Amino acid sequence: MSDEENDIILSELDDDELVQQMHDDLYDGLKEEIEEAVNILLERGWQPYDILTKALVGGMTIVGIDFRDGILFVPEVLMAANAMKGGMAILKPLLAETGAPRIGKMVIGTVKGDIHDIGKNLVSMMMEGAGFEVVDLGINNAVEAYMEALEAEQADILGMSALLTTTMPYMKVVIDTLVAQGKRDDYIVLVGGAPLNEEFGKAIGADAYCRDAAVAVETAKEFMARKHNQLAAG
Amino acid sequence: MTALAQMLADRDWILADGATGTNLFNMGLASGEAPELWNTDAPDKIRALYKGAVDAGSDLFLTNTFGGNASRLKLHDAQTRVFELNRVAAELGREIADAAGRPVIVAGSVGPTGEIMEPVGALSHASAVQMFHEQAEGLKAGGADVLWLETISAPEEYRAAAEGFALAGMPWCGTMSFDTAGRTMMGVTSPAMVQMVESLPNPPLAYGANCGTGASDLLRTVLGFTATGDERPIIAKGNAGIPKYVDGHIHYDGTPELMADYAALARDCGAKIIGGCCGTMPEHLSHMRRALEERPRGPLPTLELIVEKLGGFSSVSDGTDDAGPTRDRSKSRRRRG
Repeated sequence: MSDEENDIILSELDDDELVQQMHDDLYDGLKEEIEEAVNILLERGWQPYDILTKALVGGMTIVGIDFRDGILFVPEVLMAANAMKGGMAILKPLLAETGAPRIGKMVIGTVKGDIHDIGKNLVSMMMEGAGFEVVDLGINNAVEAYMEALEAEQADILGMSALLTTTMPYMKVVIDTLVAQGKRDDYIVLVGGAPLNEEFGKAIGADAYCRDAAVAVETAKEFMARKHNQLAAG
Repeated sequence: MTALAQMLADRDWILADGATGTNLFNMGLASGEAPELWNTDAPDKIRALYKGAVDAGSDLFLTNTFGGNASRLKLHDAQTRVFELNRVAAELGREIADAAGRPVIVAGSVGPTGEIMEPVGALSHASAVQMFHEQAEGLKAGGADVLWLETISAPEEYRAAAEGFALAGMPWCGTMSFDTAGRTMMGVTSPAMVQMVESLPNPPLAYGANCGTGASDLLRTVLGFTATGDERPIIAKGNAGIPKYVDGHIHYDGTPELMADYAALARDCGAKIIGGCCGTMPEHLSHMRRALEERPRGPLPTLELIVEKLGGFSSVSDGTDDAGPTRDRSKSRRRRG
């Protein structure tokens, strides 16, 4: 790294250059630089929602694509998500004040009997990186815990994760309960975890199986778009 | 010379064991229950697990202690029982191995902490070393011949385990799980693992790969180890195919015949200690044993042959051939480190 490259003064960049730089800084996991840039854009009169979508979510989308494609791996993604979090901490109260549109809300947790949460944590972080609100129920969730949180949080998406072949079938218990209570169509149900596959997702009646956190984000966006279209059409 | 070092010197190949979890679940372990608690609560089932592998021809088996570190046992409120559960598991193993009538190695299984280490995660190096050391002492007290680190993703965690094992003064082996585009979850490629292993002050007796995404991918990883020219013995412990959901239960689709092909190919790829992982039952092991005994050694397999015999890979590249995807960052003005 040359001195010249270290010498970027964020406040001297024009808006387009700054957003581009934020994408690079997110990719490199530079939290302080992201916080500084968010504040600069706010001072320049940017709407919090535009900063979120154009600068932060835009940058995390690139991180997500490269994670999906096997260019970036978990450590880099965690660093990027941490930088994103720094920016979000500044924006969050402002987004609420300005009544910015909601991208979507997800309730997520590992299923009953399963205590392996690295994958679920990654999905949470990447979903937040994409601007979703995430309610993380943690590990070992019984069907009641999911049902209660979905209701209380008015969530759009239910995410379930399992690492063990023995705990995977519990996902079906949760989905069957949703069906029995007539609530299945109220939520987008996404499932994931190392031993799962698309076939399994279909067999238990989930909307989609997501191979990794990046795919979870893309799938969630796609289903939310469909949902909005349906509402508009309805 | 330790028992495993002796066996490595005497033998051309060593058959390790298969699945622990899959076997225990078939014996009635409930989902979410800690298998390690059975070491004291249902010792006969653990004896049966070990004996199943030995009777099928394994020269080495792992103890039922994969989740036996303080971090994992804490989730079952059993973090105060680390030493005891590991000691008992190794004692039961000793009992079965010593009654086998031939040399059988008791390898003390040590799995990951399940935490992400600093700087990206919260687990400090010192705490990780302490946890691995504590588990190592229990396995040592129970009479394990060697410690067996497995399913590791992060190089930091592999190093911390090595340090913990050194504190216990135990020989060890260590495998990582290459389940993400041919790399570990943390992005480690097969040659990067070799480099890391050889940089340790107390390197393992053998290193390699376990679990992951099926037998084909695992052998591609072994070829990656071999290509470095490193002479340390290599371990191959692949899953018996891919899990499928059938009538509310999970089945691995790898047949005993497929695992026999896998075992012979693993040896041709350069692995010396060969076993299975998830889904590998005693029936698979006896087929693997027969293949290793009866089939002649072949030339170094090509990737095409592996695909033909065992099925396709989960990703085009495994990060060792420059054929993987990249991002052009020549225009970016600030680079990480």
